[in-house]
Amino acid sequence: MIEIKDIFKTFGDNEVLKGISAKFLPGKNNLIIGGSGSGKTTLLKCIVGLHEPTKGQVFFNEQNFTEMSFEERVPIRTEIGMLFQNSALFDSMTVEENIMFPLNLFTNQSRSEKLDRANFCLERVNLKGKNKLYPAELSGGMKKRVGIARAISMQPKYLFVDEPNSGLDPKTSILIDELIAELTKEYEITTVVVTHDMNSVMGIGDHILFLHQGQKWWEGSNKEIAHTDNQELNDFVFASRFMEAAKEKL
Amino acid sequence: MFTSLGRYILLLRLSFRKPEKFSVYWAEIMREMVSIGLGSLGIISVISLFIGAVAVIQVAFQLTSPLVPATIAGSISRDSTILEFSPTISALVLAGRVGSSIASQIGTMRVTEQIDALEIMGVNAPGYLISPKIFAGITMVPMLNILSICLGLAGGYIACAASGDIAPADYVLGLRDGFLPITLQASLVKSFTFGFIITSVCAYQGFYTSGGALEVGQSATQGVVWSCIMILFADLIISRIML
Repeated sequence: MIEIKDIFKTFGDNEVLKGISAKFLPGKNNLIIGGSGSGKTTLLKCIVGLHEPTKGQVFFNEQNFTEMSFEERVPIRTEIGMLFQNSALFDSMTVEENIMFPLNLFTNQSRSEKLDRANFCLERVNLKGKNKLYPAELSGGMKKRVGIARAISMQPKYLFVDEPNSGLDPKTSILIDELIAELTKEYEITTVVVTHDMNSVMGIGDHILFLHQGQKWWEGSNKEIAHTDNQELNDFVFASRFMEAAKEKL
Repeated sequence: MFTSLGRYILLLRLSFRKPEKFSVYWAEIMREMVSIGLGSLGIISVISLFIGAVAVIQVAFQLTSPLVPATIAGSISRDSTILEFSPTISALVLAGRVGSSIASQIGTMRVTEQIDALEIMGVNAPGYLISPKIFAGITMVPMLNILSICLGLAGGYIACAASGDIAPADYVLGLRDGFLPITLQASLVKSFTFGFIITSVCAYQGFYTSGGALEVGQSATQGVVWSCIMILFADLIISRIML
C-alpha cells in the first residue's frame, strides 16, 4: 500500500500541489485524473521520488520514503516499476537488453535466467520474438508494451504509469489499459496511473483521484464518477460530446 | 558561476559513489573506451601527421641562418609537438568530437526521461552515466596523446623528406638531441587532465539539460565551449607548474 500525507509542491512562486492526501491499495488500479496543469504528473513524481515534496510525506508499506536517503531508498526502488509517457526506453539497447537492464544491476541471476525472465515479460505483453529490435524500430504501442515489460521484469510491488494512452490510437489504448489492469490483479500490484483519458477512467478506474488546481477535488470509483454532483469533475469527465451523449446511458 | 561550479562538484561526487554492480560499470567503461579511443583514432592520426609536418616546415623557414645548426629544427618541433601540439590541439579536437557527443547523448537521455527511468530503478544515474566516461577519458586521451606525438614526429620526418628543407638525418639527430623526460611527463599530465575536463564538463552540461531538442544542442555547444576554455586554462597552469 502507498499512502501520501498532505503533499505540497512549490516551484518558485508557483504552488502546484496543495496538501494532497490519499491511500493507494494493492490489486487496485488507482487513477489520478485532472485537466492539464492540475498537478497530476507532479504528484506522481513526488510519490516516486523524482521530485522532493516541499511538505508532506510518502509511505510505501508504512515506510517513510520521503525521509530516506538515496541508499535507503534503493530496496524500495527495486520494487517499483514505472512506465513513462514516452516509454523512456534506452535507445542504445535492444528490447531484450532494456528488459534485462534492472536484472543485470540488482540480481545475481545467470544470463540464461535473465533471458528467460525477459522472454516471459515479452510474452506477457504479446511481443514474443521482438528481443533484438531497437526502440527506434518499434511503434508507439510496442514501445509502451516494452516499457511495461521492463517495468514488471523485477516483479514490482508498485507500478506507476504516466499517461499510458498518449499518442496511441483508441484500440491500442484499450489494449494497454487492459494489460495494466490484468497485471495489477494478477500480481496484486499497487498501480497508480496518471491519465486524462476517459476510456481508461471508465474501463479500469477502481479508485480515482480527481485533481483540480493542485488540490484533491474528488475521490471515488468509476461506478460513482458518472453520478457525482461535483461541477468541476462533471465538466472534466463530460467535456467531450461523446461522453456527454453517453452520460444518459451511464 | 559559483552555483554552476557547486553543482558540477556535487555531480562529480555523486558520480563516484559505489557502483551498484561493478561488472555492469566495467562493461560501460570498456564501451566508452572504444568510443572515445578507437572512435577518435582516425581524426587524431590525420591531424597529428599534418601538424607535425607543418611544425617542421615552419621552424625550418624561420631558422635559415647558417649559424644555427640544422638539427635544431628537429629539437624545436619535437618539444612543441610533445608539450603543446599533441596534448592541447588533440584535446581541443576531442572536445569537439567526444565532448559534444557526451553532452548530447546525456542531454537526450535527460529530455526523453531515460535518466528518470534509471533513477526510478534505483540506479545512481550520475555514477552509471558519467563515471565510465570519465575513466575512459582519463585513460584514452593520454594514449591518444602518445599516438599523436609519434605520428606528429613521423609527419615531421615525411615533411623533411618530401620538401628537402632539412635533411631527414639532421631532423632525426635533432629529435634525439637534448631530450628532457619532463616534457613527456608534462604532456601526459596535460592529456590526463584534459581527458577529465572534456568528459566531466560535457557530461555536466548534458546532465542538467532541460527542455527539448533545441536545449540538447545548446548543451552540446556549451559543453564544447567550456571544455575548450578549461583546457587552455589547465594548459597554462600545468605548463607553469611543471616546466
